[in-house]
Amino acid sequence: MEKPKPLTQAAKVLALLTVVLLVCVPFLVIVSTSLASQREVVAGGGWVLWPTEPTLQAYRDILDGGIVTHALGVSAGVTLVGTLLSLACTVTLAYALARPGVFGGRPALLLILFTFLFPPGMIPNFLLVKELGLLDSYASLILPVLINVFNLVVLRGFFQGIPEELYEAARLDGAGDLRVLWTVVLPLSKAALAVVGLFYAVAYWNSWFYASLYLESDHWPLQQVLRTYVISGVSMTDTTLGDGAVNAPQTIQMAVLVIATVPILLVYPFLQKYFTKGVLTGAIKS
Amino acid sequence: MAALLRERPAKPTDKRSFRRPAGAKTERIRFRDRRNVALFWLMVPGLAYFLLFHYGALVGNVIAFKEYIPFEGLWGSPWTGVGNFQRMLEDKAFWDAVFNTVWIALLQLVFYFPVPLALALLLHSLTWSSVRRFVQSVAYLPHFISWVIVVALFQQVLGDTGMLNSYLGDAGLHSADIIGNPDAFKPLVVAQVIWKDAGWGTIIFLAALSQVDEQQYEAAAIDGAGPWRRFWHVTLPAIRPVVILLLIMRLGDILSVGFEQMLLQRDAVGPQAAEIIDTFVYYQGIVGGDYGYAAAAGLFKGVIGAVLVYAANKVAHRLGEQGVYK
Repeated sequence: MEKPKPLTQAAKVLALLTVVLLVCVPFLVIVSTSLASQREVVAGGGWVLWPTEPTLQAYRDILDGGIVTHALGVSAGVTLVGTLLSLACTVTLAYALARPGVFGGRPALLLILFTFLFPPGMIPNFLLVKELGLLDSYASLILPVLINVFNLVVLRGFFQGIPEELYEAARLDGAGDLRVLWTVVLPLSKAALAVVGLFYAVAYWNSWFYASLYLESDHWPLQQVLRTYVISGVSMTDTTLGDGAVNAPQTIQMAVLVIATVPILLVYPFLQKYFTKGVLTGAIKS
Repeated sequence: MAALLRERPAKPTDKRSFRRPAGAKTERIRFRDRRNVALFWLMVPGLAYFLLFHYGALVGNVIAFKEYIPFEGLWGSPWTGVGNFQRMLEDKAFWDAVFNTVWIALLQLVFYFPVPLALALLLHSLTWSSVRRFVQSVAYLPHFISWVIVVALFQQVLGDTGMLNSYLGDAGLHSADIIGNPDAFKPLVVAQVIWKDAGWGTIIFLAALSQVDEQQYEAAAIDGAGPWRRFWHVTLPAIRPVVILLLIMRLGDILSVGFEQMLLQRDAVGPQAAEIIDTFVYYQGIVGGDYGYAAAAGLFKGVIGAVLVYAANKVAHRLGEQGVYK
């Protein structure tokens, strides 16, 4: 092919740079503001692009055993337990639905796909959780969203892509279905499991609406706390923060924001390589 | 279930008898049947979830035909027939919510939809693969950030005391009234969706673009086609099916626009600008306690939405595309 024109090259570089900056600058601002001193934030009119005298005071304040510390624990627990439960139930169901000729497999699949077309709705869901006595329990954040149909379809598609010969070989070696799943299918599906696991973990970590619906405020996860104090602007007092809250509320708010974002930033680099590997693209097409 | 699982270790013996020529056939059939029953038990936890939390909850929609009285519960509350629906059709607030929903969905269709496509084409045209992968990684990231954080970030950057306004102030310009301004709300939410999901939305287009045979480009170039003609005759036909499919599906899903996104910002700008069908259901039911009425609005959306998605699929099939389901 001929060489691209320098003008189009420049335009491309400019466009890409804009994309990268649009994504990165807001994160830079919240991290910088959370690290800045009170004086600097006030001087900057509420935000700082680069802290000249960085301090971890805001983080010390919120991790001092107040409401944010507790919320962080709740979020971590719900995310961990929820992701494991969701993965286990999705894997077993997807595996059974991926094998040909399972008893009841076809009607089960139709039943599941129909829920995609016609979700029950918010009020019936709420009434069900209430009837089941799950109000104000952490189970109400997990059980109603246990299996995601999209994730199920992704995993089923992946399992179906495993060559039939491998199943046959394992069966001739005398392995039962659970054994085949554990020793053959799962080791081959690491990439798909990583992606689906990430989707579940992110969904649990980011979830706040169900918490606002079902939980009392002293059981709230981090995102719901964040919503209350940062977006709705309820002010954090000494009692909610733990002792010795002396920092500007702005730095505190930004520190909570950073803490809510960091876990995602941490796992993301390890998992994003799978996105380009075609795990999803195959599934999206099916 | 436990009994079936305990039978598993017996398998090797089964196999040995299976290898004996006599009776091999019957053994094999029994083995298959048992295998399928065992797989059926693997489905049970997942199926139980769908039956309880989807079909069980679906039954709760009967409340839409009742007047909910907390003391009486779901089954004891008195029937009102289609009373809730009649009230809904006469409620101006409901129609405002429908209007906002459809209007925002259409704005997204016009202003959001082309962005991932353009970004995908840009990324695809890059020859330097490490730069491409880096930009991809950065652009996917906001998809994983919660709406709470996205809304907070936008407040930080565009709010009264945010970055934009302090730069405008320094430059001696008028400050831009964006956050909390009902008139700016709809462009704002479209911008938020672009920021959050345009990068992630490139995945499906990039997948379609990667299917194009590189030789087609070379052949076209040898035939004297310039970059623009190559784009028109090679690239575009390759992604057209995906584009049409996504467009149709988005139209089928027109009654859904980001519920969490709207709920987080509705209080700041008021229902006139920000009420959508889902938030209407939330405020009538969860906040107002009028479950029957709220469920009626939710059911209305569910039924119309299902019909639209079904129709969209039919149209997709008619056009010779795959559709979401077969």
